[in-house]
Amino acid sequence: MGEWFAENGLLLGLAGLDGLAYAALVFMVAVGLNLVFGVLRIVNVAHGSLFAIGAYTAASIGLFFTAQGLPPAAGYAALLLGAALVGGVLGPLIERVVLRRVYGYEDVLQLLVTFALFMILEDMQKLVWGVQPVFQDSPMKALGTVEVPFGDDTIPFTAYQLFVLPGVAVATLIGLAWFLRRTLTGRVIVAVTTDKEAATAMGIDAVRVTLLTFTFGAALAALGGALASPTTSLVPGIGASTIVLSFAVVATAGLGQIEGAALTSLLIGMGRSAAVYFAPELEVVVPYLIMVAVLLVRPQGLFGVVEARRV
Amino acid sequence: MTVPLLSARGLRLAFGGVKAADGIDLDVMPGEFLAIIGPNGAGKTTFINMTTGYLRPQAGAIEYEGQAILGLAPRAIVRRGIGRSFQLPQLFTEHTVLENAALAIAARAGIWSPLVPLLRPGYRRDAMALLARFGLEGVAEARADALNEGARKLADIAMAVALEPRLLLMDEPTSGVAASEKMGVVETLVRVLREAGVTAVFVEHDMEVVARFADRVAVWSQGRILTLGPPAAVLADPAVRREVIGIEAAAAHG
Amino acid sequence: MSRRAEALLALLGVAALIFTAWAAPWLRFVLTVALAKGLGVLGLLLLLRAGQVSFGHAMFLALGAYTVAFAAPSVPETLVLLPAAALLAGVAGLLIGLFVVRYRDIFFGMLNLALSMVFYSVLEKFYAVTKGTDGIRVPPLTIAGLEPVRETQEWVMFGLALGLALLCALGVRAYLASPMGQALAGIKTRETRLEFLGVPARRVLLFAYVLSATMGGAAGALIAMTSRHVTPQLAYWTSSGELIFIGILGGAGSALGPFLGAAAFELVRVYAAAAVADAWQMILGGVLLAVILFAPGGLIGILSGRAQQRPAGRA
Repeated sequence: MGEWFAENGLLLGLAGLDGLAYAALVFMVAVGLNLVFGVLRIVNVAHGSLFAIGAYTAASIGLFFTAQGLPPAAGYAALLLGAALVGGVLGPLIERVVLRRVYGYEDVLQLLVTFALFMILEDMQKLVWGVQPVFQDSPMKALGTVEVPFGDDTIPFTAYQLFVLPGVAVATLIGLAWFLRRTLTGRVIVAVTTDKEAATAMGIDAVRVTLLTFTFGAALAALGGALASPTTSLVPGIGASTIVLSFAVVATAGLGQIEGAALTSLLIGMGRSAAVYFAPELEVVVPYLIMVAVLLVRPQGLFGVVEARRV
Repeated sequence: MTVPLLSARGLRLAFGGVKAADGIDLDVMPGEFLAIIGPNGAGKTTFINMTTGYLRPQAGAIEYEGQAILGLAPRAIVRRGIGRSFQLPQLFTEHTVLENAALAIAARAGIWSPLVPLLRPGYRRDAMALLARFGLEGVAEARADALNEGARKLADIAMAVALEPRLLLMDEPTSGVAASEKMGVVETLVRVLREAGVTAVFVEHDMEVVARFADRVAVWSQGRILTLGPPAAVLADPAVRREVIGIEAAAAHG
Repeated sequence: MSRRAEALLALLGVAALIFTAWAAPWLRFVLTVALAKGLGVLGLLLLLRAGQVSFGHAMFLALGAYTVAFAAPSVPETLVLLPAAALLAGVAGLLIGLFVVRYRDIFFGMLNLALSMVFYSVLEKFYAVTKGTDGIRVPPLTIAGLEPVRETQEWVMFGLALGLALLCALGVRAYLASPMGQALAGIKTRETRLEFLGVPARRVLLFAYVLSATMGGAAGALIAMTSRHVTPQLAYWTSSGELIFIGILGGAGSALGPFLGAAAFELVRVYAAAAVADAWQMILGGVLLAVILFAPGGLIGILSGRAQQRPAGRA
């Protein structure tokens, strides 16, 4: 064991740091998916496309800013602008024009509607940005790297991935918890999630809440994509792989608590990152193995609550 | 002395701090109609859920025909001859009433024949006969979710009766039924059950129904049985009138 | 749809398929694949009957396809490989089914998705065995010991797919009308009642799951034999989504729906891909949206609506 650690310790440290950064991104996507499912009761397959389009938009704006000779700090504005643009335009558009027509339809039809949106958005993204990789990492480069002490050694790691990604995720978690529990709008969202009929009967405007929640969820996905964009080159297919991963997070966590989604993102992020370094062929599999193992023991998910059926 | 059909001893079950069953002892005698009354939250449905295997008590024992049934799955208990109907009728909403009845008849015979249609002549005839006993033959081809509440309740009970139970537990068979239909529903019900020789336990809020059709009444309050006896005596008891019927009357008129 | 209308539609469909395959030889391949996919979708429909959406059903098609790819070099006989693939998929369906039938709704869907993704990445990552994303070429196969010329081979595969499709459609139709099939539909609306009728709901669902996996395996085998090339993409989650897509496009109300849906899907895909290479997915997505919004009964629903526009007609 000691020998193994001496050889692989640094790798383990790196896997941990990578896992943390990755978990932050996964959380941003999964928490939005969870929120939307809570209110709309629709598993939004197109959620991953919003992540992808958020990433592409942010990168394009960033490249445009750089071409205009703006300082690297403008790159951060590009990230936020990209997320806001995608969430604020595509979110309401999808909810108002498409989803609103299928509330009350059978589950499978609602699911398929979002699958259709996924297919449309995937091609749209290819038409706009092509299939060549898009790369824009100036926000990450601007912050440089940090030497993270690890035992007697240090691990060089980008400050962006070390501070910005987990920082934004933690801020989102805290902000969202505060919003849902302390503000009126947030409590209304929770009320609709818990019991839509009762909430509507109490005079809550479910139509407005639905629009708001979907837009909010879309913006979170787009922000996740925007934040991810400096760390990787963007290629077709990132939307598809992101959405299946966040499905795994949501199912593992169970439906409901956002803290649960955060812890599960951490678990799955770390697990995947460990696989990347120590068993690369298992990289894609690990999140699903975790999910299957968890559901074997806890059928309602790690943090899900069993709903008793009233008879 | 007659041996009880069902015998519950010391049943206890608490949800959080709420005691839904706090030492329930009850014997149900063969052939009787036993009514359970009491305010909402007294644990009446919990008793039915425990007896049918839907909930497991934390302590106590239940014997049916002299054999322990606690811990058995609802399916196994049903097969031993205990049927139940539901406060919210549990019908297959996308099937017709006839198909609902035929499925219940098929369930008794065993459903594991994948190639013969459900509505084979034998099942269709039996299902129609069953529906006719409940006066439902007119709505046989209607979808179950299109029925009014009275018909829905009867269809729900018909499905339980199709299994030919010896004991039938009914959870508020008349709740939600329009006042004008209520007595008709109960009369049909009692006639069918008497004909089939089924022992019945039913939760009921309508004291008129209880007074007319129950052989004995058990009064539930906070997970306990307050009083047990013939309706005339129990319904006249001042304590019962104050604690239970008073609330019932207020609830009915409020 | 009435019995007679359905039988008539089936006959018309078979005639149209055979005529198209004869008149337009380049579509024979497309139609064979469509029939195979329809077979897979027919299996998926059984689960939809119970209100359960498997977002990983393509794994059984992939399993059937890879069974053919792996076994073909040693046993290059169509009539052995096809049942073998179906059987293997059925056994896998039993093992996986024992686990997943305990779950409902989103958890059922996601567990199937997870298991299919595990299978996908096994196919993708273990290059030494599976050749990864390059996939495996399937060698030419014999049929009952004979080695027919290419055109005969195509006809045989087409006929095999058509025959199997008809057989399974009839079987599924009978099964859905039986007490077991009706109990399956009962899982969707009132599972509690099933239990209180003394019917083990999980076993009812398991039977359907194994049946659907078996049909999926046969479908995958036919696809591998026709396209002669298998890749991990067969198991990817979007392929499962495509199967659900076809099921809804055709209409979930009839055993003919999947085949109608699959033929429409494959034809739209072929022509859309030829017309606008970069946007065929978008066109398919648009078609799907239009079907759900304007004809939720699917193509079958449209056809049967036409066939019986009488006031008293019950769907």
